[in-house]
Amino acid sequence: MRWIWIDRILELERATRCVAVKNVTLAEELLHDHFPADPEGVADARRAEPVFPNPLVIEGMAQTAGILVGHANDFQERVLLAKIRRASFVAVARPGQTIRYDAQVERIDQSGASTTGQVTLIDSATGQSQPMGEIELMFSHIDRAKGDLGLDLPDHNFVFTSQFMDLLYQSGHAPRPTSQA
Amino acid sequence: MAISQDEIHSRVQNVLADCLGVDEDEVTPDAKLFADLGAESIDILDVTFRLEKEFDIKIQESELVPQSVLSDPAFVSDGKVTDAGMAELKTRMPHADLTEFDGDRNVDNFTDIFTVSVIEKFVEAKTA
Repeated sequence: MRWIWIDRILELERATRCVAVKNVTLAEELLHDHFPADPEGVADARRAEPVFPNPLVIEGMAQTAGILVGHANDFQERVLLAKIRRASFVAVARPGQTIRYDAQVERIDQSGASTTGQVTLIDSATGQSQPMGEIELMFSHIDRAKGDLGLDLPDHNFVFTSQFMDLLYQSGHAPRPTSQA
Repeated sequence: MAISQDEIHSRVQNVLADCLGVDEDEVTPDAKLFADLGAESIDILDVTFRLEKEFDIKIQESELVPQSVLSDPAFVSDGKVTDAGMAELKTRMPHADLTEFDGDRNVDNFTDIFTVSVIEKFVEAKTA
Protein backbone atom coordinates (compact mmCIF):
# COMPACT_ATOMS: atom_id res chain seq x y z
CA MET A 1 0.00 0.00 0.00
CA ARG A 2 1.20 3.47 -0.85
CA TRP A 3 0.38 5.88 1.94
CA ILE A 4 0.35 8.97 -0.17
CA TRP A 5 -2.84 10.96 -0.33
CA ILE A 6 -1.99 13.78 -2.68
CA ASP A 7 -1.54 13.42 -6.43
CA ARG A 8 0.18 16.61 -7.47
CA ILE A 9 1.67 19.73 -5.94
CA LEU A 10 0.46 22.82 -7.74
CA GLU A 11 2.24 25.55 -5.78
CA LEU A 12 5.11 25.55 -3.30
CA GLU A 13 6.32 28.82 -1.82
CA ARG A 14 9.07 28.39 0.74
CA ALA A 15 7.93 28.55 4.37
CA THR A 16 4.72 30.21 3.22
CA ARG A 17 2.28 28.13 1.20
CA CYS A 18 1.73 24.78 -0.50
CA VAL A 19 -1.21 23.81 -2.70
CA ALA A 20 -1.86 20.19 -3.67
CA VAL A 21 -4.69 18.21 -5.23
CA LYS A 22 -6.05 14.71 -4.90
CA ASN A 23 -8.42 13.09 -7.38
CA VAL A 24 -10.95 10.75 -5.82
CA THR A 25 -11.54 7.58 -7.83
CA LEU A 26 -13.67 4.47 -7.52
CA ALA A 27 -10.52 2.45 -8.20
CA GLU A 28 -9.59 3.12 -4.56
CA GLU A 29 -10.76 0.03 -2.76
CA LEU A 30 -11.42 1.81 0.49
CA LEU A 31 -14.31 3.70 -1.07
CA HIS A 32 -16.14 0.41 -1.53
CA ASP A 33 -16.06 -0.12 2.21
CA HIS A 34 -16.95 3.48 2.99
CA PHE A 35 -19.84 2.90 2.71
CA PRO A 36 -20.96 -0.46 1.31
CA ALA A 37 -24.51 -1.43 0.43
CA ASP A 38 -26.53 -3.36 2.97
CA PRO A 39 -26.73 -7.11 2.23
CA GLU A 40 -29.56 -8.18 -0.02
CA GLY A 41 -32.71 -9.09 1.82
CA VAL A 42 -32.32 -6.45 4.53
CA ALA A 43 -35.45 -4.38 4.94
CA ASP A 44 -34.98 -0.86 3.54
CA ALA A 45 -31.52 -1.87 2.36
CA ARG A 46 -29.28 1.09 1.58
CA ARG A 47 -27.37 1.38 -1.66
CA ALA A 48 -23.61 1.75 -1.58
CA GLU A 49 -22.48 5.31 -0.93
CA PRO A 50 -18.80 5.72 -1.74
CA VAL A 51 -17.37 8.86 -0.11
CA PHE A 52 -13.76 9.69 0.63
CA PRO A 53 -13.20 9.43 4.44
CA ASN A 54 -12.61 12.80 6.04
CA PRO A 55 -9.83 11.42 8.31
CA LEU A 56 -7.89 10.80 5.10
CA VAL A 57 -8.61 14.38 4.06
CA ILE A 58 -6.82 15.38 7.26
CA GLU A 59 -3.94 13.09 6.23
CA GLY A 60 -3.89 14.76 2.80
CA MET A 61 -3.64 18.16 4.43
CA ALA A 62 -0.94 16.83 6.77
CA GLN A 63 1.08 15.65 3.76
CA THR A 64 0.59 18.97 1.94
CA ALA A 65 1.48 21.03 5.02
CA GLY A 66 4.24 18.58 5.99
CA ILE A 67 5.94 19.09 2.63
CA LEU A 68 5.62 22.83 3.15
CA VAL A 69 7.26 22.62 6.60
CA GLY A 70 9.95 20.18 5.41
CA HIS A 71 10.74 22.28 2.34
CA ALA A 72 11.36 25.30 4.58
CA ASN A 73 14.57 23.57 5.76
CA ASP A 74 15.34 21.77 2.49
CA PHE A 75 14.02 18.52 4.01
CA GLN A 76 16.97 18.35 6.40
CA GLU A 77 14.55 18.14 9.35
CA ARG A 78 12.28 15.15 9.82
CA VAL A 79 8.80 16.55 10.26
CA LEU A 80 6.01 14.68 12.01
CA LEU A 81 2.37 15.57 12.45
CA ALA A 82 2.07 16.15 16.20
CA LYS A 83 -1.38 17.56 16.72
CA ILE A 84 -4.61 18.22 14.89
CA ARG A 85 -5.53 21.57 16.36
CA ARG A 86 -8.82 21.82 14.58
CA ALA A 87 -10.60 20.13 11.70
CA SER A 88 -14.06 21.00 10.46
CA PHE A 89 -15.92 19.83 7.40
CA VAL A 90 -18.96 21.07 5.54
CA ALA A 91 -18.95 18.61 2.63
CA VAL A 92 -17.74 15.15 1.58
CA ALA A 93 -15.78 14.17 -1.55
CA ARG A 94 -17.17 11.63 -3.99
CA PRO A 95 -15.58 9.72 -6.89
CA GLY A 96 -14.86 11.99 -9.83
CA GLN A 97 -14.26 15.02 -7.63
CA THR A 98 -10.98 16.70 -6.81
CA ILE A 99 -9.87 17.72 -3.33
CA ARG A 100 -7.68 20.83 -3.23
CA TYR A 101 -5.47 21.44 -0.21
CA ASP A 102 -4.21 24.97 0.42
CA ALA A 103 -1.82 25.01 3.41
CA GLN A 104 -0.10 28.05 4.93
CA VAL A 105 2.60 28.29 7.58
CA GLU A 106 1.34 30.18 10.60
CA ARG A 107 4.52 29.84 12.67
CA ILE A 108 7.75 27.91 12.27
CA ASP A 109 10.80 27.65 14.49
CA GLN A 110 13.42 25.12 15.55
CA SER A 111 10.94 23.05 17.54
CA GLY A 112 8.23 22.74 14.95
CA ALA A 113 5.52 24.56 13.07
CA SER A 114 1.85 25.35 13.04
CA THR A 115 -0.16 25.52 9.83
CA THR A 116 -3.60 26.58 8.75
CA GLY A 117 -5.35 25.25 5.69
CA GLN A 118 -8.47 25.29 3.59
CA VAL A 119 -9.88 22.29 1.77
CA THR A 120 -11.88 22.88 -1.40
CA LEU A 121 -13.93 20.44 -3.44
CA ILE A 122 -13.83 20.76 -7.21
CA ASP A 123 -16.55 19.09 -9.25
CA SER A 124 -15.13 17.78 -12.53
CA ALA A 125 -18.56 17.95 -14.19
CA THR A 126 -18.92 21.69 -13.77
CA GLY A 127 -15.43 22.85 -12.84
CA GLN A 128 -17.02 24.68 -9.93
CA SER A 129 -15.48 24.60 -6.48
CA GLN A 130 -17.01 24.77 -3.03
CA PRO A 131 -15.54 24.92 0.49
CA MET A 132 -15.06 21.48 2.02
CA GLY A 133 -13.35 22.24 5.34
CA GLU A 134 -10.63 23.90 7.36
CA ILE A 135 -7.74 22.16 9.10
CA GLU A 136 -5.14 23.53 11.54
CA LEU A 137 -2.14 21.34 12.34
CA MET A 138 0.99 21.26 14.49
CA PHE A 139 4.23 19.65 13.35
CA SER A 140 7.27 18.68 15.37
CA HIS A 141 10.87 18.71 14.17
CA ILE A 142 11.37 15.32 15.76
CA ASP A 143 15.13 15.19 15.80
CA ARG A 144 15.13 18.19 18.11
CA ALA A 145 12.18 17.02 20.18
CA LYS A 146 12.77 13.28 20.48
CA GLY A 147 14.76 13.64 23.71
CA ASP A 148 12.04 15.69 25.31
CA LEU A 149 9.33 13.40 24.00
CA GLY A 150 11.18 10.21 24.93
CA LEU A 151 10.99 8.92 21.37
CA ASP A 152 13.10 6.10 19.99
CA LEU A 153 13.14 6.67 16.26
CA PRO A 154 14.81 4.92 13.32
CA ASP A 155 17.83 6.64 11.77
CA HIS A 156 16.63 6.78 8.18
CA ASN A 157 14.34 9.46 6.83
CA PHE A 158 11.02 7.67 7.07
CA VAL A 159 9.13 10.95 6.66
CA PHE A 160 10.27 12.30 3.32
CA THR A 161 10.60 9.02 1.48
CA SER A 162 11.47 8.68 -2.20
CA GLN A 163 7.74 8.70 -2.95
CA PHE A 164 7.45 12.25 -1.69
CA MET A 165 10.63 13.38 -3.38
CA ASP A 166 9.41 11.82 -6.65
CA LEU A 167 6.10 13.64 -6.24
CA LEU A 168 7.93 16.92 -5.82
CA TYR A 169 9.97 16.20 -8.93
CA GLN A 170 6.96 15.12 -10.98
CA SER A 171 5.13 18.26 -9.90
CA GLY A 172 8.03 20.40 -11.05
CA HIS A 173 9.16 21.53 -7.59
CA ALA A 174 12.42 19.60 -7.18
CA PRO A 175 15.26 18.28 -9.33
CA ARG A 176 15.17 14.66 -10.44
CA PRO A 177 15.93 12.45 -7.40
CA THR A 178 19.32 10.78 -7.74
CA SER A 179 18.80 7.82 -5.41
CA GLN A 180 16.02 5.71 -4.03
CA ALA A 181 15.44 5.73 -0.26
CA MET B 1 1.59 49.93 29.16
CA ALA B 2 1.66 46.68 31.11
CA ILE B 3 -1.40 44.50 30.79
CA SER B 4 -3.46 44.06 33.97
CA GLN B 5 -3.40 40.75 35.83
CA ASP B 6 -7.10 40.27 35.21
CA GLU B 7 -6.68 40.71 31.49
CA ILE B 8 -3.70 38.34 31.41
CA HIS B 9 -5.71 35.76 33.34
CA SER B 10 -8.63 36.07 30.98
CA ARG B 11 -6.54 35.83 27.82
CA VAL B 12 -4.35 32.98 29.13
CA GLN B 13 -7.50 31.16 30.19
CA ASN B 14 -8.84 31.51 26.67
CA VAL B 15 -5.58 30.31 25.07
CA LEU B 16 -5.29 27.28 27.34
CA ALA B 17 -8.93 26.29 26.94
CA ASP B 18 -8.53 26.45 23.17
CA CYS B 19 -5.17 24.63 23.06
CA LEU B 20 -6.08 21.87 25.46
CA GLY B 21 -9.71 21.43 24.48
CA VAL B 22 -11.10 22.09 27.96
CA ASP B 23 -13.79 24.42 29.27
CA GLU B 24 -12.63 27.84 30.44
CA ASP B 25 -14.01 27.22 33.92
CA GLU B 26 -11.61 24.28 34.28
CA VAL B 27 -8.68 26.65 33.72
CA THR B 28 -8.35 27.80 37.32
CA PRO B 29 -5.12 29.33 38.68
CA ASP B 30 -4.16 26.13 40.55
CA ALA B 31 -5.00 23.73 37.73
CA LYS B 32 -2.01 21.70 36.55
CA LEU B 33 -1.60 21.75 32.78
CA PHE B 34 -0.55 18.11 32.51
CA ALA B 35 -2.25 16.32 35.42
CA ASP B 36 -5.51 18.28 35.48
CA LEU B 37 -5.98 19.69 31.99
CA GLY B 38 -4.56 16.74 30.03
CA ALA B 39 -1.70 18.55 28.29
CA GLU B 40 0.91 16.54 26.40
CA SER B 41 4.42 17.60 25.38
CA ILE B 42 3.37 18.90 21.96
CA ASP B 43 0.71 21.08 23.58
CA ILE B 44 3.48 23.19 25.11
CA LEU B 45 4.65 24.14 21.63
CA ASP B 46 1.06 24.95 20.70
CA VAL B 47 0.62 27.02 23.89
CA THR B 48 3.92 28.80 23.19
CA PHE B 49 2.92 29.72 19.64
CA ARG B 50 -0.48 30.96 20.75
CA LEU B 51 0.85 33.01 23.65
CA GLU B 52 3.29 34.67 21.25
CA LYS B 53 0.43 35.56 18.94
CA GLU B 54 -2.00 36.58 21.69
CA PHE B 55 0.42 38.85 23.56
CA ASP B 56 2.75 39.80 20.69
CA ILE B 57 5.78 38.43 22.53
CA LYS B 58 8.71 36.24 21.50
CA ILE B 59 9.29 33.04 23.47
CA GLN B 60 12.58 31.22 22.95
CA GLU B 61 12.76 27.45 22.59
CA SER B 62 12.52 25.76 26.02
CA GLU B 63 11.96 29.13 27.72
CA LEU B 64 8.53 28.24 29.05
CA VAL B 65 9.31 24.60 29.88
CA PRO B 66 13.07 23.89 30.06
CA GLN B 67 12.55 20.17 29.51
CA SER B 68 16.11 19.81 28.23
CA VAL B 69 17.43 20.26 31.78
CA LEU B 70 15.80 16.96 32.71
CA SER B 71 17.51 15.05 29.91
CA ASP B 72 20.95 16.42 30.81
CA PRO B 73 22.96 13.92 32.91
CA ALA B 74 24.74 16.86 34.53
CA PHE B 75 21.48 17.89 36.16
CA VAL B 76 19.78 14.57 36.88
CA SER B 77 20.95 11.55 38.86
CA ASP B 78 18.91 8.39 39.53
CA GLY B 79 15.72 10.07 38.40
CA LYS B 80 16.17 13.03 40.75
CA VAL B 81 17.22 16.57 39.90
CA THR B 82 20.62 17.36 41.42
CA ASP B 83 21.58 20.54 43.31
CA ALA B 84 23.12 21.87 40.10
CA GLY B 85 19.91 20.96 38.26
CA MET B 86 17.76 22.82 40.79
CA ALA B 87 20.00 25.86 40.48
CA GLU B 88 19.65 25.69 36.70
CA LEU B 89 15.86 25.39 36.91
CA LYS B 90 15.62 28.34 39.31
CA THR B 91 17.69 30.45 36.93
CA ARG B 92 15.65 29.48 33.89
CA MET B 93 12.23 29.53 35.55
CA PRO B 94 11.93 32.70 37.63
CA HIS B 95 8.19 32.61 36.87
CA ALA B 96 7.69 29.32 38.77
CA ASP B 97 7.54 28.48 42.46
CA LEU B 98 9.88 25.50 42.76
CA THR B 99 9.63 25.12 46.55
CA GLU B 100 7.40 22.06 46.51
CA PHE B 101 9.32 20.38 43.68
CA ASP B 102 12.61 21.05 45.51
CA GLY B 103 11.42 18.77 48.31
CA ASP B 104 10.76 15.89 45.91
CA ARG B 105 12.97 16.47 42.84
CA ASN B 106 11.54 13.41 41.07
CA VAL B 107 11.72 14.15 37.32
CA ASP B 108 8.43 12.31 36.82
CA ASN B 109 6.73 15.03 38.88
CA PHE B 110 8.37 17.94 37.08
CA THR B 111 5.31 18.70 34.97
CA ASP B 112 3.27 19.33 38.15
CA ILE B 113 5.09 22.66 38.41
CA PHE B 114 3.14 23.99 35.45
CA THR B 115 -0.05 25.41 36.82
CA VAL B 116 -2.17 28.01 35.08
CA SER B 117 -0.83 30.69 37.44
CA VAL B 118 2.77 29.83 36.42
CA ILE B 119 1.85 30.48 32.81
CA GLU B 120 0.22 33.77 33.83
CA LYS B 121 3.31 34.86 35.76
CA PHE B 122 5.45 33.95 32.75
CA VAL B 123 3.29 36.16 30.53
CA GLU B 124 3.32 38.96 33.13
CA ALA B 125 7.12 38.94 33.10
CA LYS B 126 7.27 38.89 29.29
CA THR B 127 4.81 41.75 28.89
CA ALA B 128 6.05 43.94 31.77
